[in-house]
This record gives sequence, C-alpha cells and structure tokens, in this order.
Amino acid sequence: MNATDVGGPAQPLLAVRGLVKHFPLKKDVLGRGGGVVRAVDGIDFDVRKGETLGVVGESGCGKSTTARLLMQLIAPDRGEVVFDGEGVGSRALPLKAFRRQAQMVFQDSYASLNPRLTMEDSIAFAPQVHGLGRKAAVARARDLLARVGLEPSRFAERYPHELSGGQRQRVNIARALALQPRLVILDEAVSALDKSVEAQVLNLLLDLKDEFGLTYIFISHDLNVVRYMSDRVMVMYLGQVAEIGASETLFQAPAHPYTRALLSSIPSMDPDRRTEQPPLAGDPPNPIDPPSGCRFHTRCVHAEAVCSARGPQLGPVAAGQSVACWMHVPGSGHSAAPVALREAA
Amino acid sequence: MLQATVPAPIELLPPAAPRSPGYWETVARRFLRDRVALVAALVVLGLLLMAALAPWIAPADPYASSMLRRLKPIGFEGHPLGTDELGRDMLSRLMVGARLSLFMGITPVLLAFAVGSVVGVTAGYAGGRVNSVIMRTIDVFYAFPSVLLAIALSGALGAGMTNSLISLTIVFIPPLARVAESVTTQIRTRDFVEAARASGASAFTIVRVHVLGNVLGPIFVYATSLVAVSMILASGLSFLGLGVKPPEPEWGLMLNTLRTAIYVQPWIAALPGAMIFITSIAFNLLADGLRAAMEIKQ
Repeated sequence: MNATDVGGPAQPLLAVRGLVKHFPLKKDVLGRGGGVVRAVDGIDFDVRKGETLGVVGESGCGKSTTARLLMQLIAPDRGEVVFDGEGVGSRALPLKAFRRQAQMVFQDSYASLNPRLTMEDSIAFAPQVHGLGRKAAVARARDLLARVGLEPSRFAERYPHELSGGQRQRVNIARALALQPRLVILDEAVSALDKSVEAQVLNLLLDLKDEFGLTYIFISHDLNVVRYMSDRVMVMYLGQVAEIGASETLFQAPAHPYTRALLSSIPSMDPDRRTEQPPLAGDPPNPIDPPSGCRFHTRCVHAEAVCSARGPQLGPVAAGQSVACWMHVPGSGHSAAPVALREAA
Repeated sequence: MLQATVPAPIELLPPAAPRSPGYWETVARRFLRDRVALVAALVVLGLLLMAALAPWIAPADPYASSMLRRLKPIGFEGHPLGTDELGRDMLSRLMVGARLSLFMGITPVLLAFAVGSVVGVTAGYAGGRVNSVIMRTIDVFYAFPSVLLAIALSGALGAGMTNSLISLTIVFIPPLARVAESVTTQIRTRDFVEAARASGASAFTIVRVHVLGNVLGPIFVYATSLVAVSMILASGLSFLGLGVKPPEPEWGLMLNTLRTAIYVQPWIAALPGAMIFITSIAFNLLADGLRAAMEIKQ
C-alpha cells in the first residue's frame, strides 16, 4: 500500500491557499460577547517534496490550529489544501485516502496513546482501518517499534504508563509511520521531552526521514530545534504568515521585524553578548480583536502610519524568501521602504 | 551546525520484565488488597450463591403455612429465624426471596446500563447539537424524584413484575446516560482519539476500539452502586402492591406483609429489611472498591 508520487518532484506535496479558521465565541444569556477568535486568518504556503518546513511563533499564533486544519481534524471556514495536485476531500483524493498519506504526531505523548491498548495494538490500529489483516498489522507494528529504537520483544505488549516520555513519543512516531505516509506533521512533538531525550528523538526523526523519504511539517516554539531540523521556516504571528524562507537565509537575514525580535530572544551562549532588553514587549494582542492593518504594528519598533492603516501581503524579498511587511514593499509609504521604480498599481 | 555533538542514543530502559501485567491484572491486584471491598465482594457472592441454590438448600417449603405456628420468635425449634404471619418458615422465605429481590435489583440496572451507555456514548461522542438534544431530553426525567417516577410509571403500566422491571429500567437510564456522556466527552478530546480520527477510522470503529474500553469501566462502577437503589425501589414497589404479588417471597413484599406484626415480633418484622440493608451496603462498598481499583495511574 505504498503511496505513489503523482505530480513529480517539482510539484509541491502540499499547497495551502487562503486557509481561514475562526472560532465563534458563545454569546451569554444577554447576547453579549459573541466575537470570533481569528485563530488562522488567511495563510498561504507550499511544502515541497522531501523538505522539512519548520513553523514557529508564539503561543496562540495558530500553529496547532493550522496543523489540525491540514489534517482535516477541524473543518476550515475557507481556503483549500491541495495534496500533490489533488484537492483534499475532492473526488480524486477522498479524506480517507489523504489520511493514509498524511499523519500527525502530537505534543502530549501520554494523552496521544490509548491507556487500554498495548503499544503494538496502538500502532496496528491504523493499518487495520485501511484493510490490512490483523497479523500483518501487528507484524508491521513490531517492525516499526524496532525502527524507532524500541526492542519489540520488550515493548510490544507494554501499556503507555509503563514507558518514559521519550519512549512513548517514539511509539507515537511509529504509529504515525504505520500507514507509510508521505507527510508527517510534528506538532510540538519533542517540546515536552528532556533535552537529551529530545536530541535523540530529533536524530531519529532525521534518520526516518531519509529512510522512508518523508516530508515533515515541524511545528515548534523552540527556534534552535527548528533551525536544526528545517530546510525552510515559516514564521506565524496572530494567525497570519509573517515571513517564510530558507532556514539559513531566514536565520541569518531575517526580513520581518517580528522574525528579528524572535531571533534575538534566543539566549546567547556568549556572556558578552547578553542583552538586558526584552526583545518583544508584552504579550501578543488578543486574536479576538486583532489590531488593524499589520497585526504586528502594536509591538513593532518600526511601525508607521501605513502599518496600522493597511495589512501587508506576503511578497518576495530575496530568492525563496517572502515577507509580509510594508518596509519591503516599494512605494508603500513606509519611510524604510525601497524607492518605487514605478508607481505601485 | 547547531547541536553538533548530540550524544549517541543511549537507551535508558528499565530492566526488562518478562511480561508486564495488563490493566485488568493490575486492577485485580489492587482490588484484592482492599479488605473492605473484598469482604463486600464475598457478601455479594454469598448472596448470589444463596439465591441460585435456594430451592435446594432452603430447610423448609417457603409457601407451607401453619396456623398453629404463626409469628414464632427467632430460634423456635424447626424455624431458626422464626415464622411469619402465616406460619411460614422465615429462613426459607428469606433465602428464596433473595432470588426475586436480587433479580429486581440487578436486571433493571443491567438493562439501563446497556441503553444508557448507548445513549450517553452517542451523545458524548457526537457532541454539539446531537448532544444538546439528547441530554436536554434526559434532563426532563431529572425533574421527577426517582421514587416518584418509579411509582408513577409502575402505576401507569399496571401492577406486576414485568411492568415494575420496565419502570425501574426507565428510572435508571437517565443517570447512567449522564455518566456515560460525561466520561465519553472527556475521552473524546484526548489526543489518541484525534490520532485515531487522523488515521481515517470511522466514528463507529473509534468508539468500539478507543472509546468503549475507556468508558465502560467507570459506567459499570456507577451501575453497581445503583443495584442497591434498584433493590430498595423494587422493594418499595412491592411494598405498595405494584410489584411482586403475594404469596411470592420477596423482601420488600415480606416487609409489607409483616408490618402489622411489628408490635408482636419486631425482630421477625425487621429481618427482610436487614437483608435489603446488607445487600445494598455490600453492593455500594463493592462499587467503591471497584472505582478505587480501576483508577488509572499515570
């Protein structure tokens, strides 16, 4: 049941266009409240075949909602997800067929395993759903346990509470791989682990990626880890994409003020380069009532009149790097913007 | 390159055990260590055995009356627990009465457990509007106290054992459905259910494999505690003449017919009540013990 490549290597594995998810808030008895949380507010991006796309941002910026939208665990309000050229949920790629090719690893290693099932039963569940016989599914589960570094004879018949966090997360990875997917979404998959265990699991993920030819979407708030893992990085702020680009370019020459602020929040190993200044003041604004114009203008040191008036679109600044900031749009009216060669349409 | 010197993967494993105890094995071990629950379980087992074997082990015919030996005290020769108002052997009647009383206590709860679980798990797993419709309907039954509801239903359906079984079942569906709904709602939001959805499994498969195993235990524990209530309600219905008909021995009915003798032989009149009391306490303690033993440790 190996999934086959449809559109060739040049076609993005996943193309996301105009994805929107608003969560309505319940009105109280008197009809007050009833706003919407703009968790994901119109995002576009591509995931290329065989790459790792890192997704970073503060808590509540819509990273996890995006992951759940991509997996179709919650229905988007608007927008489309195209997997290898076929719209997800279309006749050419029904939901069940898509789910065989895209899997997810969750943050909480304990909550994501059924406490009443043994490890081999947990891993063998999905293949059985897709028609594999019980014996073959269990054999595959044991094989995968070995591949993620857990001796099957010791772990196959254990229950989740008998394993450590790192071991459980290895099982979750094995479970995600049980359907032989092409895309794996890792939603803060290593964030809850100890640093040494985290490093082991990260290396395991890199090995598995090579071995099975996987594509990853790696969601994390840990910038070092994202840099280590990712080929390209997408920076999210309040449900929108602030910047997306090749990992090295983005980390060395961040174009968006928010990306710069995020990067300067990484503690320096050099004592002489420690900063006393907080890189970002305060918490992100409330996504129920986001700021006008550019979402970031309330915390941005470069904010000018144009920033609160209109929201910038994601546009290219360098090869493979796009940013949503008026400072990079010629003739935008921002004082730092490049001079317009011709009048912007 | 960041994190260039990642330590070689060292497996920090506990020493290998030949086989790990399964969930139910752990539950059984913890239950056996709980003295009170163990005694309660033995009492329940004893009562069930007594009920099952009553026709063979009862010392006398529970229907044979004797005008000469009415209301004899406990310890009267030939009648270790005395006789009732028609001179029938109390010990035999209590033993045979256990059959109907336990039947009336357990059957409605089992039926309600089946129906309530289906209703509650459906509501809990579906969520949203389906949940609201089902649970608000269930709430209507909460407007009536359970005793009143049982009496009203039995009265409307007419006296008799089948009808009181039906009415008791209806009385116990709402509380069981509510418990089923709340535990299912908790389980539904766990990541392993999300992961199962992400694997493309149908709702029915997810409920069968991932939900039922986690919710039936707690629902069953709650149902066990309802057996005592059901017995008392059934006895109440019999007492009011809505349940079992004389001369069938049944504890509630015996309590009723003996009430006139309370000034003559108070101890005899209290015996069926004592049996009801012992049984309900035993079932309640058993339910408590099960709940404690089944709590999931992390």
